Amino acid sequence: MNYTVGIDLGSTTTKAVVLGEDGAVLGRGITNSRSNYDVACSVALSEALINARFSLIAGEFQSIARDPAQAPTLIGALERKFRAEQYRSQLRVLDTELRRFLSRLLTRPPAATGIVDRIAGRMTAEVDALYAEGARRKSDFFRDLAGSRYLALAEEEARATGVSFDLLAGLFDKAILDVENSAEAAGRFDEHAAVALEALPGADPALTTAVARVSARTLEQIGSVGTGYGRQRLPFPEGRIRSEILCHGLGAHSMFPRTRTVLDIGGQDTKAIQVDEQGIVTSFQMNDRCAAGCGRYLGYIADEMSLGLHELGPIASQSSAPVRINSTCTVFAGAELRERLSLGERREDILAGLHRAIVLRAMSLLARSGGVKDEFTFTGGVARNQAAVAALRTLVEENYGARTVNISEDSIYTGALGAALFALRNAAAA
Amino acid sequence: MSAAPIVATTAHKDSSQVRQKEMIARHFDRLAAAPDTGTRCAYTFVPGNLTELLLSFDVLPVLPEINALQSAMRGKTAEYIAAAEKLGHSEDVCTYVKSDIGMMKSGNIGPTGQRLPSPDLLLLSYTGCFTFMKWFELLREEYHCPVAMLHVPYQADGRITDSMRTYVVDQLKNVVIPKLEEVTGRQYDEDRLRAHLARSAQAEDDLVWVLQSAKNVPSPIDAYFGAVYYVGPIFSAFRGTADAVDYYRELREEIAGRIRQGKGPVTPDGEVERERFRIVVEGPPNWTSFRQFWKMFADEGAVAVASTYSKVGGVYDLGFRHDPDHPLETLAEYCLGCYTNLSLPTRIDLLTRYLSEYRADGFLINSVKSCNSFSAGQLHILREVEARSGRPGGFIESDLVDPRYFSAANIKNRLESYFQMLDQKRAGASS
Repeated sequence: MNYTVGIDLGSTTTKAVVLGEDGAVLGRGITNSRSNYDVACSVALSEALINARFSLIAGEFQSIARDPAQAPTLIGALERKFRAEQYRSQLRVLDTELRRFLSRLLTRPPAATGIVDRIAGRMTAEVDALYAEGARRKSDFFRDLAGSRYLALAEEEARATGVSFDLLAGLFDKAILDVENSAEAAGRFDEHAAVALEALPGADPALTTAVARVSARTLEQIGSVGTGYGRQRLPFPEGRIRSEILCHGLGAHSMFPRTRTVLDIGGQDTKAIQVDEQGIVTSFQMNDRCAAGCGRYLGYIADEMSLGLHELGPIASQSSAPVRINSTCTVFAGAELRERLSLGERREDILAGLHRAIVLRAMSLLARSGGVKDEFTFTGGVARNQAAVAALRTLVEENYGARTVNISEDSIYTGALGAALFALRNAAAA
Repeated sequence: MSAAPIVATTAHKDSSQVRQKEMIARHFDRLAAAPDTGTRCAYTFVPGNLTELLLSFDVLPVLPEINALQSAMRGKTAEYIAAAEKLGHSEDVCTYVKSDIGMMKSGNIGPTGQRLPSPDLLLLSYTGCFTFMKWFELLREEYHCPVAMLHVPYQADGRITDSMRTYVVDQLKNVVIPKLEEVTGRQYDEDRLRAHLARSAQAEDDLVWVLQSAKNVPSPIDAYFGAVYYVGPIFSAFRGTADAVDYYRELREEIAGRIRQGKGPVTPDGEVERERFRIVVEGPPNWTSFRQFWKMFADEGAVAVASTYSKVGGVYDLGFRHDPDHPLETLAEYCLGCYTNLSLPTRIDLLTRYLSEYRADGFLINSVKSCNSFSAGQLHILREVEARSGRPGGFIESDLVDPRYFSAANIKNRLESYFQMLDQKRAGASS
């Protein structure tokens, strides 16, 4: 079947959205951005295609399943097994790379080989639990998941054996690049799907049929458009590159057709966009001279507090008396945080104040772009953060009155969706 | 894919460009020799400059703003600004001022590599910019020379009244002219002034013709980046000279030739062969990355067809000409009419008018950190002009001469988005 793809190469993550010829979203994929943009695109696309195949499998299976009511549960189980196998496959590459870099060391501690063996063994043994039903994972990216576990185990080994932790961490830093830059390990759909099916022995045989049918289908790309900060370096011809402003505008319009104002808080910029009833951008404002108050601000705060980015919102939401913080300078945020902690302010109150500060900055851009009209759609990574969303809702209401605020669960894919829609239009016009 | 808008051509200088370069070289030669020849010089500003009056006393003008922007184009302002900051000028001070102070402290070497003379007079002929006053306060401390201050009332109601005109004329009579007589030891010679003013009007006619040539489609000129060169002589030391008359006549002939041949503007990187967007620009350019900034437009086939910056030294296209029959009144009128002395509603009117008269697709505001005279109210201007013209505005942020405030990647990203937005609107309108 034919598809078009939109790729949004952001400063933090690279997203891909795959559309069918009817404009319906078939799949979404995301990976962390890296220096090799081609690989980032290829990984995001292969993830989106895997996701698309799962959508197709779900469709097929629904119609032939013995008990259609059980279909979603079975498809969920299949996907978890698939992801576990994908992770195992990447672990195997990591193990090979760790050994390769270890063999290159001029002075190799005798215990090191055993340590790498043990770490790899333990990480492999943990995979099933990591992808068990209901298990919580700190990230969707192999680098983060494997990295945090490897470093924790390396620390234990270093303490027990006396081998330098830095040496073990250095091995990981080198090896992970090769794992990340090999799209192969993650992308072998057929192989991983076969293993996943084997891991569900009592499942409805129709599931095997559905997987086989979908695996046999050829997915043919008939158009692509790239966007995002790295768009100039995307492996796309110039005519297939669109600014993220247009893509976010169209993407938001597609998700919520009554959208007139869009706010996107991304890793290194904040965009306030006004669109018309067709999703055509009529005006926009972005930060030019300074990146204060962008998503990276929250990333920096998370690092300062040794928290995961996704943990900030829930903590801040517990605040009952947010601290007033005005500076949105990312670099100063750390000092602000330490100062407030030393004054005895509560962590959740400080975090709530920091969230409000970045939203205030966004409010200024929104005002510059023409205000907040109804309906208002909030997109980008920060739209996943409940404390930022709460601060935004309050400030929008205070400044502009009641507005319908749209936030999609898939808001991080808004730019990629817009790009995919442009690709679809190009394909239709060709 | 369609052809690239810019076609690289071999470096070629039109004869008007060569002429301008020679005029500037001669002027700086005279300035460098001033301490030996005894020629007096006055430091003064572009908006509201009284060049004809100075020339009638044989006083040579030195324009610190122009020195600052030329220092920026020569890549010198980072070091000049650092020198000024070392002396205690904060990061938020106007970067023209800091560049000038830094240049002065580094030997006062002008754009041609020659030393500039110290001023015999600081002629503060326009006070609409508060910073101008503080700037010369600093220079007065340095040079211990006389200051003549001409207070020019702000056109808050969008018009020049008789009392405003009389107020300025009185100051010319009672403050500025006596001070010039004192500094030069000469008598005010109104006939000489009239002769200079007559030449000004002649050159102004040709300049307006050149700027309005951008009404042609395609435009033969770039009325923002290119216009910086065109307005150079008339905004600086040459208004009222025979050199300026000759320069503008020659420039006009060259542009007329380009129109006959259907040619687009010349940029440092070649000719714009395919005009894709016609843009009106508000705000000064960035000078530290001037060429790169221009190329960002030209690469997209974006041609500035009108700009407000090219009116800072006189809004001649609204009809004002220096009038030799009323010498002091005309100078007063000129000072009162500078672009930065216009109220926000007047600026909105002007931009809206440009969008329609020059058949522009949209307008861009370059908001500079350094200049509150320009930047204050620009977002209001943006909204109003959009509402009245129905054409989309873009907003970018940079600075005059501080290279730290020009983020090329971000500005390019913004401009590309803006041009794509224009394209999208055009496609939407035609479907």
